[in-house]
Amino acid sequence: MQKRPLPLSILASVFIIVWLIAAAFPFLWTVWGSFKVEADFFSRLSWWNAITGPATQQQTGASFTGAGYYGAWVTNNFWRSVINTVLVTVFVTIISLTFGTLGGYALARSGQRYSFWILIIALIFRAMPHITLVSGYLLPFFQLNIWGYLPTAIIVLVAINQPFTLWMLHSFFLSIPKDLDESAMVDGCTRFEAFRRVVIPVMWPGVITTGLFSFLLGYNDFAVTAMLLSQDNQTMIPKIQSFMSSIYQSGNVMYAVAAVVSATVPLFILVLFFQRQIVSGLTAGAVKG
Amino acid sequence: MKHRTFFWFILPSALAMLLFIALPIVSVAIQSLYIEHEKVMVTVESCGPFGCSKDTHVDAEKTLALQRAEPLGRFNGLGTYLNRSHLAVGEIGAILASNSGPADIVARIYALPLYRALAFTLAYCILVTPLAMILGFFIALGINGLPHLVKGPAIFLSLLPMIITPLVGALIIYWMIDSNGIIGANLQALFHDPNLYLKASPVLTWVVLIVYGIWTNAPFSFVVFYAGLQMVPHDTLESAMVDGASRWERIHFVVIPSLAPLATFVALVQLMDNFRVFEPIVGFNASANASSLSSAIFDDLHGQNAQLFGSAAATSMLTIIGVVILLTPVLIRTWREFSRKGA
Repeated sequence: MQKRPLPLSILASVFIIVWLIAAAFPFLWTVWGSFKVEADFFSRLSWWNAITGPATQQQTGASFTGAGYYGAWVTNNFWRSVINTVLVTVFVTIISLTFGTLGGYALARSGQRYSFWILIIALIFRAMPHITLVSGYLLPFFQLNIWGYLPTAIIVLVAINQPFTLWMLHSFFLSIPKDLDESAMVDGCTRFEAFRRVVIPVMWPGVITTGLFSFLLGYNDFAVTAMLLSQDNQTMIPKIQSFMSSIYQSGNVMYAVAAVVSATVPLFILVLFFQRQIVSGLTAGAVKG
Repeated sequence: MKHRTFFWFILPSALAMLLFIALPIVSVAIQSLYIEHEKVMVTVESCGPFGCSKDTHVDAEKTLALQRAEPLGRFNGLGTYLNRSHLAVGEIGAILASNSGPADIVARIYALPLYRALAFTLAYCILVTPLAMILGFFIALGINGLPHLVKGPAIFLSLLPMIITPLVGALIIYWMIDSNGIIGANLQALFHDPNLYLKASPVLTWVVLIVYGIWTNAPFSFVVFYAGLQMVPHDTLESAMVDGASRWERIHFVVIPSLAPLATFVALVQLMDNFRVFEPIVGFNASANASSLSSAIFDDLHGQNAQLFGSAAATSMLTIIGVVILLTPVLIRTWREFSRKGA
């Protein structure tokens, strides 16, 4: 390739640096600020106080304080929401993948007309705003007395996640050669045995990528978990939102800041370890679809 | 694959979607035809030393009993769809019949809740989707030109706004634009205007929400376009160079056409996601100045004392119709391709 002319290359570098700051700075800033007191993080005098932390020094005697975290996790029982989130995301991911691999495999191997229609219906379902579905759940769930419990939210999230999972895994199974399982069937396996012995061992890359997105859906959801879970069963995200409405009165915004940072860190770690899978997952749909 | 085997393989997934996506849509459709019971009123005459007075109040017990007996409420037909909070047919008619110019029409229609939500939702879709794609495209070009060593970290940082929980990301930015937060305070200092407050006016709230939308949407376009750039045919690029095409001409005539199919895909996915914009409005606490279709439904359902199921359901149905309209071109195209293949 021919070298870029100097002005263009300066322009491009400046643009990328500005973008990277815009993308990452808010997180750094909030993580740093979560260890300060409110008077510093929301300083009336100067934003520089959030960096040096004079009020934090004055109030706690150190430049960093864990008071926000203590208030959120211990005083306001954020740890309970964390446990709920772990339960919800783990089960949503496992069940979504189990249903999705079976269905996606079937869709990839059946050449029938109806499998095409199932995929199209799944595409329409994928576009439904979650909150419209939630307004359909509430009354029936009240009537059946299953409102407010974790399993209810889990199965609802699994269902909402199915269209996406089916599409991802369907296109992934298409890339696994048909001959593989068909030759196993020639050797006398049933379809399910062929699936279990031949396909499962080679499907992990696609399943891991799809699993990451199932995890993200369960983790990031607000509409479903906020409306379908009772106060005690709340996961992190609705809990943070209920902090927001109650906290401004008591003046403890820093609890919410600490909770927000606590909810962000796992995502950072996830991206750090699975960056390549996330990128390939995002592009898989685009390149193949 | 045999029909029977196919059936057993697809069953769990299909059952989940049937029970928790298809049935709820039916449930929403039914609920939208009903409306909450009126409160049962009783008039009690209470006599004291200074004479008797009649007092009307809600009979809580009877109201509750009625709600238990018929949880759906009263049948209302299409009444909820047509009332002021939804399509507002009567109000629109009145506005069109007597008004003082187009500006007046727009202002008065915007005051109606559903049209207000629709206006923001559409504006958000129309502005955020292309702007985020353009930004994502330039980020992809920029990062593609970086030396190999810093590409990984640059991609990592660029992914963050997308991967972050929407509500959490909105809160993080919300705190920064607070008048005591870093961005809000510095903007006040920059413009020498101590009253400048990004959450105060509807216009500024819209700007903040749309900028936030671009910030969270750009990484997705970036990732897809970046992958697409790796697949731009090298030979074509080189022959364009030999023919003396300038850098911009090469982008215009080689890179962009080869990314066009990806752009359709990105636009479709982003449009679907942007149409249900919801968490930012909750996160930015912006419902006073902006509401979307999703947040309007949420507000109806979230009322602590009275959940307006009928109203939420009617808005939901209208939203679903909107989604279907949005998807029609895609569906027609897919169907044509499919029948061409089948033929």
